Amino acid sequence: MKPFKYLSPATVEEAIAFHGRHTETAKYIGGGTDVIVKVKEGLMEPDYLISLKKIEELSELHKNEATGELSIGAMVTHATLEKSLMIQNEYPIIYDAVSNIGSLQVRNVGTIGGNLINAVPSADGAIPLIALDGVAILQSPDGERSVEVKDLFIEPYKTILKPGEILKKITIQPQAPHTGSAYIKFGRRAAMELPLIGIGVLLTVNDDLVTCTKARICLGVAAPTPMRAFDAESLLVGKKIDEKILIEAGKIAADESRVRDSVRGKAWHRKEMIRVQVKRMGLKCQQIIRNNS
Amino acid sequence: MTTNISFLLNGDEISYEVKDHWTLLHLLREEMGLIGTKEGCGNGECGACTVIVDKLAINSCLYLAVEADGKTIETIEGLASTDGTLHPIQQSFVDNGGIQCGFCTPGMIMSSKALLDENPKANREEIKHALAGNICRCTGYIQIFESVEAAKEPVVESPVAENKGGQNE
Repeated sequence: MKPFKYLSPATVEEAIAFHGRHTETAKYIGGGTDVIVKVKEGLMEPDYLISLKKIEELSELHKNEATGELSIGAMVTHATLEKSLMIQNEYPIIYDAVSNIGSLQVRNVGTIGGNLINAVPSADGAIPLIALDGVAILQSPDGERSVEVKDLFIEPYKTILKPGEILKKITIQPQAPHTGSAYIKFGRRAAMELPLIGIGVLLTVNDDLVTCTKARICLGVAAPTPMRAFDAESLLVGKKIDEKILIEAGKIAADESRVRDSVRGKAWHRKEMIRVQVKRMGLKCQQIIRNNS
Repeated sequence: MTTNISFLLNGDEISYEVKDHWTLLHLLREEMGLIGTKEGCGNGECGACTVIVDKLAINSCLYLAVEADGKTIETIEGLASTDGTLHPIQQSFVDNGGIQCGFCTPGMIMSSKALLDENPKANREEIKHALAGNICRCTGYIQIFESVEAAKEPVVESPVAENKGGQNE
């Protein structure tokens, strides 16, 4: 591995200042499960690695009891999310997604922020945060700004973050009553696999427990960036949720996707799996809503 | 581009001047001669390099040595007693045929230890979930899962049995 200097700032401001001093020769490093691989392979050749590990505020995971806002620091590891009872009970879609990222060894170190910033089309972590209308809080020398998670991605491996900008946290507003959410990473094998396709569905119904008031259908590996199937979502809103309408939504979502052939799978197969899994995840949402009512 | 770090390694306090770009795996194997931890893929895919840092199983090939500062680290060398008595998990792998070529074994055992330390009653599904990042090309995994199950603390069958165990007889 090419030598570099490891810097370990204690605050976001200090990290940004380090970056300002070294600009393009410096890279931020979170858990390192992607960055170290890239440095080893020569895809990244930094003179300075600025670690975000010692910045305490970035590792905070908490729910504001007064406002109901969930705040996930960018350096919160996948394993921390996976083990959190609050996440398991209240945000099952996040649990579904993070509990199958890489291996336990990777989840113990890898962070949700790193998963987003890496911006791979297969990022499992992005889909639930988009389905939950998550907002990314970014900080740069110019100050703080917030961007919806769905708008973070430009193309594979590219986000809207400016040089030196840091993803601080993701915030999620409280979900309406009678909301269910689920994610499936669909691949060829259960362990250590990138998804062939990732499907996240979130449904909110009104007090009759069937009429849909809000729908989110989010797809990974279905386009160059994580995407929402807006037409399929629109179909569901105002309708009574049953298997028939979910089958229809699955068809529309498959049509909206921009899947392609790759070494891992064929486009036609991915489309078929979107059709099937949108329905299944929709039914799972419905089950969760019923169980909680 | 070196940094002085201090950490607890298998119970011993260690101070070391490390190069910033060294991985923990490099420090353990190439600098300290602790070659029980193996390098397989070097990319976090195979788990052969698994060690325990602050009670969590991690891939030492992706973990920078400088980040070990202040941490408590366990490697396969720390498991057996000084008199050579194997750790119960190690003994169980021997007894249950959980080892063939042995290359994946240190990583398998460290992942198993991290799991059983946290969840001594882990069931088969939990064992599979915890070992999903450790690849074995010999055994087909069944004997490995059986080895971990056999290493679990014996299940207390009933409150009566529990009371018995608690008495000084």
